[in-house]
Amino acid sequence: MTMNSQGRQTKGDGASVDVETFTGNRALQIEESLIFEKDAFAATGVDFPEPKGGADRLGAMKREAPFNLPGLSEPEAMRHYVRLSQKNYAIDMGPFPLGSCTMKHNARLNEKMARLPGFGDVHPLQPQSTVQGALELIDTLANWLMELTGMPAVAMSPKAGAHGELCGMMAIKAALDARGESHRKRVLAPESAHGTNPATAAQCGFVVDAIPADDTGRVDLEAFRARLGPDVAGIMVTNPNTCGLFERDIKAIADAVHEVGGYFYCDGANFNAIAGKVRPGDLGVDAMHINLHKTFSTPHGGGGPGSGPVVLSAALAPFAPVPYVVREGEKFHLVETRRAAKAEGEGEAGGRITAFQGQMGMFVRALAYMLSHGGDGIRQASEDAVLNANYVLARLSKEMSPAFPGYCMHEALFDDAFLKGTGVETLDFAKAMIDEGYHPMTMYFPLVVHGAMLIEPTESESRQELDLFCDALLDLAKKARAGEAARFKASPMLSPRRRLDETAAARKPILRWAREAQ
Amino acid sequence: MTTKYTKDHEWVRFDDSGATIGVSAHAAEQLGDVVFVELPEIGKTFNKGDDMAVVESVKAASDVYAPISGEVIEINQAVVDDPAQVNADPEAGAWFVKLKPTNPADADGLMDAAAYKAFLATI
Amino acid sequence: MRYLPLSADDRRQMLETIGARSIDDLYADVPKTVLNAAFDLPAHKGELEVERMMGAMAAKNRAAGAGPFFVGCGAYKHHTPASVDHIIQRSEFLTSYTPYQPEIAQGTLQYLFEFQSQVAALTGMDVANASMYDGSTACAEAALMARRVTKRGKVVLSGALHPHYAAVTRTNVELLGERVVQMPIDTQASEDLAAAIDGDTSCVIVQTPDVFGNLRDLTGLAQECRAKGVLLVAVVTEIMSLGAVKSPGEMGADIVVGEGQSIGNGLNFGGPYVGLFATREKLLRQTPGRYCGQTVDADGKRGFVLTLSTREQHIRRDKATSNICTNSGLCALAFTIHMTLLGEAGLRRVAALNHEAACRTADALSKIPGVQLLTSSFFNEFALRLPKNATKVVEKLAADDILAGVPGERLWPHDSEAHDILIVAATECVSDEDIAAYAKSLSKALA
Repeated sequence: MTMNSQGRQTKGDGASVDVETFTGNRALQIEESLIFEKDAFAATGVDFPEPKGGADRLGAMKREAPFNLPGLSEPEAMRHYVRLSQKNYAIDMGPFPLGSCTMKHNARLNEKMARLPGFGDVHPLQPQSTVQGALELIDTLANWLMELTGMPAVAMSPKAGAHGELCGMMAIKAALDARGESHRKRVLAPESAHGTNPATAAQCGFVVDAIPADDTGRVDLEAFRARLGPDVAGIMVTNPNTCGLFERDIKAIADAVHEVGGYFYCDGANFNAIAGKVRPGDLGVDAMHINLHKTFSTPHGGGGPGSGPVVLSAALAPFAPVPYVVREGEKFHLVETRRAAKAEGEGEAGGRITAFQGQMGMFVRALAYMLSHGGDGIRQASEDAVLNANYVLARLSKEMSPAFPGYCMHEALFDDAFLKGTGVETLDFAKAMIDEGYHPMTMYFPLVVHGAMLIEPTESESRQELDLFCDALLDLAKKARAGEAARFKASPMLSPRRRLDETAAARKPILRWAREAQ
Repeated sequence: MTTKYTKDHEWVRFDDSGATIGVSAHAAEQLGDVVFVELPEIGKTFNKGDDMAVVESVKAASDVYAPISGEVIEINQAVVDDPAQVNADPEAGAWFVKLKPTNPADADGLMDAAAYKAFLATI
Repeated sequence: MRYLPLSADDRRQMLETIGARSIDDLYADVPKTVLNAAFDLPAHKGELEVERMMGAMAAKNRAAGAGPFFVGCGAYKHHTPASVDHIIQRSEFLTSYTPYQPEIAQGTLQYLFEFQSQVAALTGMDVANASMYDGSTACAEAALMARRVTKRGKVVLSGALHPHYAAVTRTNVELLGERVVQMPIDTQASEDLAAAIDGDTSCVIVQTPDVFGNLRDLTGLAQECRAKGVLLVAVVTEIMSLGAVKSPGEMGADIVVGEGQSIGNGLNFGGPYVGLFATREKLLRQTPGRYCGQTVDADGKRGFVLTLSTREQHIRRDKATSNICTNSGLCALAFTIHMTLLGEAGLRRVAALNHEAACRTADALSKIPGVQLLTSSFFNEFALRLPKNATKVVEKLAADDILAGVPGERLWPHDSEAHDILIVAATECVSDEDIAAYAKSLSKALA
């Protein structure tokens, strides 16, 4: 044994032993109770002066009943949330290759800009003379979006991608109504579409008609043409599509739907493959939402907030919802009602879809991204995203099975053919990735591919990081085929929690803390 | 008393009191662990092919279609209270509803057990 | 380009591995005529330049914290502890995704569970979801949910519901061909909403404190709604009020929707905010949005997962309860951290301070000749009737660097009866000096 002068060991020895700790903690992984379990129902972590008393205009409406809400001192609260944070995977820790989610780097400059008091601390109903810079920012971002998409108008207020879809489909419905063609109820959408597409169409009173994919993973053009008719309101197509492929026939599809009097809604979820390379306006698009939280890197934040501005063609522009920003020389103002829009000669406009102007905090971040990247950087980012995906596709094809032949756009799609007969399923493979330190890829989507694994590395990954990622997946694929199914079924084994019982959670939902339930 | 099946994996059993309906063992297996069942109200009438009930697992939600036209005369509250029964005993104890048939001809298009088994082999 | 790790050499070698000659080989499916379009956009910029450009835009705006500030109507200036913003910027929260892989997302899932518990407790309801986009969209979703529950579609909107909430609800309800009954402007909480219910009505939507600040006792209305099989939707745009006034749950509401911005979240010129949605257990299956639920893992340890997702779009597609596929995660995190710091004791205290500030402001302003206080029972917001057009008065006061409130014309531009109304909010951020300056400036403007 090597000892130093104080008698402390200076290097380790002995094989590792699986230990159960008294606390349940595993070194840096600290178990953390619920805030409700800390016996802090009378405490608070904020200091405010004593109310002076006397003033009371609450009358009979005064709250007497207790809420049973605990309060933690600042050090306790910091520990609580820092411990929780350490149970999360994040882009800042490693690759987050969720297909169709575009988990790219979130620049901290963007956070800093969003917190400038002139953006973060202004009220949506302040006099417009006191928020000219905020309106200018919205107008500037709108111009970037119109330039990047080659579209003449953009509705800024949608709060997320799905909300943008709703906004776009509302515009289509309003345009049809204005033409006296409200009978058009059928919306065509590929089988491979995101679930939001049919859900959105239904929310607008449309009926969705699914179009099959051809054997190259794209819209089956013949099947599509066969479904066209005078009752078609439009088509919803994701391009690049959810198989990570560019729809080669996109212009023919757009022309065909226009010919029968319908509109083309493009789901812009995958804009990160073509931003700065291709203008959707050149493809015949009538409406497309842009997920600022994907392409323009506003943080995903554990599931929101998003932001989903919708670019619109000249045909749909008059039906953009209020409010919107109008520039007159160096001055800006908001058009806030449909009557005001009419008074400005802008037609009926669409109805309001959210209380205020949209996700200003996200607008600031997205514009900071755009100014930082510039036109050249946005194009380079798209090219790198596509390059990285194709690199992953090429390297992983040695052991895994690509769903379709040829190059991909910004995401690589595999099926589960390479796992056939191994006893390992897509889910098991993904869970084994967790033990290797990776967030799994998108699984079982798109639905048209069996056991789908959709990998979107984004432009933020270095080549070195991609190589290690590919090596790890290739190793897992070999292990699956080497008969190590048991290890896959048991994974993840090293994460803060192992597989969770979702059946139990759904059968007897426990959705809140309650004294008796614990 | 014979059991008939539909291509949508419902089963129907006719007796003097009416037609008892549930989902097939194949459907139960495909759904995985069932976590939720929603049944119609007694007295409601359905045409053959209408959405009649809902059965959900963690990852899937399926409509159960009326295999024949009829009026609901009884529902099995036990499967609502304990959806796991659908996996445990799909073609007997975990029946969903009992209908009073309104169109006897509806039964003609249904498959018997052998035909259903042959149908399953094709999908 | 500081955000792109690949070097020119990497790119060349990677293309080689792929077997492509150029990057545009990978874009072979894109029609040649549209590939590599010319864009009229500036080149990339360093941090310093971006900060200068954006800083110049920000400097043109009057920040709420830069002087006396009394603007409310659905968004409120409150003090947020410094630790809130610090925690939400931790990478593991900021740069994570929806917790679809619960094994490595217990942090997000546990705070969502705590958030749901806090919202349910605050609103006095059985269950709350993991949040919506904002209060207004939550309000519209409540109307759509009432349609699913009651199988009827007509919606009755209170005349003191925030007009933007009313507009958003109308947009969504009318999309499905249903009717909206909008009650006339009601500054005195005197409308008879129950009388507007008929056999086609699915729900009544009423706000408390209402847009004029009135506290409304919904108990009687809740009983009438229940008797008629109609859902009562209570809207709370100032969630801080629940630290001082009775919760809608106590009064018998079936659905409570709210704007949670006041707790933990900044004004942000209107978004992102955090919509709250709470209801009774028996209506759970018809609710929109996401839920986190408690369960155990393979080792029997407690953990959390997203649950009841069969209602959602990614499974139910066109039969989903809503097309929504995000919550407002990070804003919900800010809410729950702030709420955890406050606790019941802190919330009650800050709510009391809000109420006192509003009472003092109302006292000071209503003493001014010609100014009439319209709201007798309120929390931190009240309405004044001015002897002049309120928009002009607000502009005059803005010239004195006082942001005086929301003039009626801004919310009801086509209803001149509201144009002399000024809606004033006063929170814990308002000082006695602010109130004095406001009163002085208003006296001058009205003289």
